[in-house]
Amino acid sequence: MNTQYYQDHFTRLQAATRPGHLHARREEAFRDFSRLGIPTTRNEEWKYTRISGLFNKEWHLPLLQEKTITENDLHAVRLPGYETASELVFVNGFFSFALSNIRSESLTVLPLEEAAANGYSDIVSAHFGHSSGYIKDGIHALNTAFTEGGVFIHLRKTKHEKQPVYIYHLTTAEHEPGFTQPRSLVYLGEQAEMQLVETSMCLGQQDSLNSQVIEIVLEEAAVLEYYKIQHDHDNASQVNTTHIRQIGKSYSHTVTLSLNGNMVRNNLNVVLEASHSEAHLYGLYFPKGKSHIDNHTIVDNRVPHCESNELYKGILDEQGTGVFNGKIFVRQPAQKTNAFQSNKNVLLSDTAAINTKPQLEIFADDVKCSHGCTVGRLSEEGLFYLQSRGIPEKTAQSMLLHGFAEDVLEKIKLEPIRRYADALVAARLEYDIV
Amino acid sequence: MLTIKNLHAGIEGKKILKGINLEIKPGEVHAIMGPNGSGKSTLASVLAGRKEYEVSTGSVQFLGKDLLDLSPEERAGEGLFLGFQYPVEIPGLSTTNFIKTALNEVRKYRGQEPLDAVAFLKLMKEKMALMNVDQSLLSRSLNEGFSGGEKKRNEIFQMAMLQPKLAILDETDSGLDIDAIRIVANGVNQLRNKDNAVLAITHYQRLLDYIIPDVIHVLYNGRIVKSGPKELALELEERGYDFIKSEVSVED
Repeated sequence: MNTQYYQDHFTRLQAATRPGHLHARREEAFRDFSRLGIPTTRNEEWKYTRISGLFNKEWHLPLLQEKTITENDLHAVRLPGYETASELVFVNGFFSFALSNIRSESLTVLPLEEAAANGYSDIVSAHFGHSSGYIKDGIHALNTAFTEGGVFIHLRKTKHEKQPVYIYHLTTAEHEPGFTQPRSLVYLGEQAEMQLVETSMCLGQQDSLNSQVIEIVLEEAAVLEYYKIQHDHDNASQVNTTHIRQIGKSYSHTVTLSLNGNMVRNNLNVVLEASHSEAHLYGLYFPKGKSHIDNHTIVDNRVPHCESNELYKGILDEQGTGVFNGKIFVRQPAQKTNAFQSNKNVLLSDTAAINTKPQLEIFADDVKCSHGCTVGRLSEEGLFYLQSRGIPEKTAQSMLLHGFAEDVLEKIKLEPIRRYADALVAARLEYDIV
Repeated sequence: MLTIKNLHAGIEGKKILKGINLEIKPGEVHAIMGPNGSGKSTLASVLAGRKEYEVSTGSVQFLGKDLLDLSPEERAGEGLFLGFQYPVEIPGLSTTNFIKTALNEVRKYRGQEPLDAVAFLKLMKEKMALMNVDQSLLSRSLNEGFSGGEKKRNEIFQMAMLQPKLAILDETDSGLDIDAIRIVANGVNQLRNKDNAVLAITHYQRLLDYIIPDVIHVLYNGRIVKSGPKELALELEERGYDFIKSEVSVED
């Protein structure tokens, strides 16, 4: 890896921006990056995901002026239901006001630098970079160091109407491999309810790596539904970090659907800092061909009386590999915590693999916690049952797998996205839903 | 309709069926009784095509075809139906979708057009009334969380929808109370006609009070050791299987 390349870019960036909170955080993060480097498999958190291989190539860090995406390009990748949603578009990691459409009166979107300088400085300094306390690796530090073109997204009270917000991360990577590092901070005020949908798509044929960080803060009575649809090209990789802080009694519900990509690493952290908060984390991963999908989750219970529910399911076929690592922390004050976690996997081929690791660290004594994981083949009993009713083996297999996936898919509460996700999974299974 | 000749079969190298001979004609009801471990469920599984079971010798002809040469789904297409002793729970697959797929696959096998939504719904309503099955059951995941009675009723409901030529009912009465048995048996009886046949496998005589067999066979140690009219069931009920065991050991 050519560290001088990153150093040069970083010097340019710092010289071009005004000193202030972000400037200082970037400086600090770049020092962390220089110290940590890109994680190898010797790093426990990256044991099964050889991300360093991606950094053997010379990535092309895009510059702000290199936006070449048109409204037509965007239209080709829009997700169903976009007509009534606010659409936030990043191009090569930089937020594009020109392509974005704000369709909610309760929503404000500002460049991060502007939010930090005017009006939102307290919020930005309190929450920007909070994820660094949980993810201590060079890739994360690099994203923070290169915070440029990021946004601050503020949703105010929405009168119990959930506001759909679609975030698109578009990478051009037409002539050169593209390394993009979008950054955003989302703030849901009291009684703000958001349905956030996020997807990333590489439009060119070159390799790409989208290393993105989104930090989300939930105030009292805020509701967040968050749907991540990962369905990119075979040569598109991503390191996708979502860090949710529930600082008021609030509700979060995330569904991560990972269907393709070269190497996909998801970090999902939920930090429960207000009693009676709830967090639901669901995931379905179904790598295609040789793709590798890694889900690392953290639920951090810091106060009493919170509840979390986690269910991740994997279907692994061909040479697909998966990783699930689910951490639950129950801090000493977090009495009466209810935390549940389950990871279930079906292996369809001898060359597919899953590494699954539940990790509970409990320091409180009056809690209910459980975890479990299963790895198995498709049920022979179930297959025979369907076949005995006249259903051919291949179709029977698809029906069983679709049923297996349904547990997670049905957790998508935004109807057009649920139907879309269902169709993607059904298409992969070559299954016509009757 | 069904002709079994000298059928030997087993699982994982263990011999279970040791020369079964059986002939079932259209319109007939046959019952197979026998103590636990005699091979009753193995026979049902082999006929339906469960692949863990190996057939070492013997032949099975079903409506002129070599049954053992067909996949389980082809057997269903030909008109064979197995009512499971333990119907399998399939999470995430609605009962209605399952039945619709099954019915249309069977129709495809027979060279018939798939049923459209209206025709399917009409057929389903008719059979639901017959089997006393509720709509809410059908929109739930297949067998998931169903009570024992609901599972068995759902089996017979599937049978009603698929209209098989030969229905093999594997211990359909097990785990059911007398009311549930009556409902299930009533369904089976209403589906009977001169062209189809039933092979009822049971441990107890009580099912046969409701599904009256033409012939009863006693299976013991992998062989049919005795066949007779329906009164044989009463004798078994009264004297237990021990008298069969002693008769057989004398012959051996």
